[in-house]
Amino acid sequence: MDVIVKNLTKFYGQQKAVDNLSFEVKTGEILGFLGPNGAGKTTTMKAIAGCLTPTEGTISIGRYNVADNADKVRQLIGYLPEHNPLYTDMTVIDYLRYMARLQRIRAAKINDRILEMVNVCGLEGEKHKRIGELSKGYRQRVGLAQALIHDPQVLILDEPTTGLDPNQIVEIRELIRRIGREKTIIFSSHILSEVEAVCDHIMIINHGRIVADGTAAQLRKAEQGGQMVVATIEDADRNLVVKALQAIEGVEMVDIVKDRPNTVEVHSQPERQCTRDIFKTCVANGWTLTELTPIETKLEDVFRELTK
Amino acid sequence: MIQIITKTIPPTLAIAAQELKSHFDSLMAYILLVLFLGFSGVFTWLYGSDIFIYGQASLQVFFSVAYITLFLLIPALTMRSIAEEMRTGTIEILLTKPISCRQIVLGKYLAVIALIAIALALTLPYYITVAHLGPIDHGAVVCGYIGLLLMSSAYAGIGLFASSVSNNQIISFLISLSVGLLFHIGFEILGRQMGGFAGQLALGLDMNTHFESMSRGIIDSKDIVYFASVTFAGLFAAEKTLESKIA
Repeated sequence: MDVIVKNLTKFYGQQKAVDNLSFEVKTGEILGFLGPNGAGKTTTMKAIAGCLTPTEGTISIGRYNVADNADKVRQLIGYLPEHNPLYTDMTVIDYLRYMARLQRIRAAKINDRILEMVNVCGLEGEKHKRIGELSKGYRQRVGLAQALIHDPQVLILDEPTTGLDPNQIVEIRELIRRIGREKTIIFSSHILSEVEAVCDHIMIINHGRIVADGTAAQLRKAEQGGQMVVATIEDADRNLVVKALQAIEGVEMVDIVKDRPNTVEVHSQPERQCTRDIFKTCVANGWTLTELTPIETKLEDVFRELTK
Repeated sequence: MIQIITKTIPPTLAIAAQELKSHFDSLMAYILLVLFLGFSGVFTWLYGSDIFIYGQASLQVFFSVAYITLFLLIPALTMRSIAEEMRTGTIEILLTKPISCRQIVLGKYLAVIALIAIALALTLPYYITVAHLGPIDHGAVVCGYIGLLLMSSAYAGIGLFASSVSNNQIISFLISLSVGLLFHIGFEILGRQMGGFAGQLALGLDMNTHFESMSRGIIDSKDIVYFASVTFAGLFAAEKTLESKIA
């Protein structure tokens, strides 16, 4: 089911949290939502989940409008809120049963669904424990099980991996990827590598506006422009090296690297490759080339550049 | 029509059942039952102007003791209902389920009423005992119990509204106690002071007068409308307050 957000705006009093946001997520797509704290991620996700009324704009899930068919839409959506609030006095099984009843799952099917969720989310050993006794990782799984219990078409996960240890992060990520094959998932995170690993589609927002939208590769490329290589050239005078490299056609800029006297960074112009020419220049001048490493722009850099 | 019923009733009952269970799990229900039975028992049978003073088989004394006890205990029961969900954020989970604010409030209300009904049912031995002591007006007893339930329902409405206003339980408790106090004695004092039409109006809002006639065995539609209106106003205000949290 597609999620379409059109001109979403939300004011908290005088403060604009989300500013005219429009985007679309298609079935089977995993959208990664990035942005600094306070950028409007949670507000947007809450509005899609229907627990917040937008000041302006429309949101539709499939052919249903969130404002007009709140009841129907809530049956189609699974939502894991930011801090994963849970009833700490209940046992895992009781909690899932309660959630299943609120989702109006047929009584005959409730037990099957609970067992399936316990399996899928790896809660087998914990199912009879009180939620308050569980570790953070298991609580997160309970939250996820709650969001999935009615087999929703659209899944909204607000920072599902915060506070988990690296193993748990990998497990949750895999779970998300597995579920994401048939469903539409919107997922926010602070961890950029995670978004990159899981999502088909990344959106960076800042001050309530979209500042970047595309696949990880597209974002990197847009930000970086040309390629960058780090070259270490020995048995040569640095000034001469810089001069010679600068002269190569297609090189935009040559930088010296601090604390490494023999190393330079070579930035090439967009859509140009200079590695061959760097090598040839070294050979022609009789220099020894000991390192030539292409450097990819990290998503971190893209993120910092766009949300400064 | 049937579809509306299947959509509305099961989730409301699910909330009510869960709420009732959590009252018992948190020991709150047991503490309240013990306090209620303890207070009403001591003052009905042992202390002060107890049931034996009148030399008449009647539960009048019990009804007035229970009236005050419930007035104090119901705010303690309702303060947690919505406030706690807002404090821990679980309300967000409820609001993204296919249920309305009305169903949430109604479910919580039903849980309070169920617990009060349990408490009142546990005082039936008083009735049986007194009935053995002498001829008793059964109609008046039934009326008195209905009156207690209606009065509890009104305070439950007020309490749930107070619980929806703040996410701090103590504040909710104090709000519902103050509003309750207004109905309990405030309107009477006001009515006496003001006189005239406004005074009549204030006296009409006083809960005591409405309850008193019921505990004597008189069911007047006026009283029923009164209790139903207070309940409805409380629940409606709670629903609207809860809805405003989504905006």
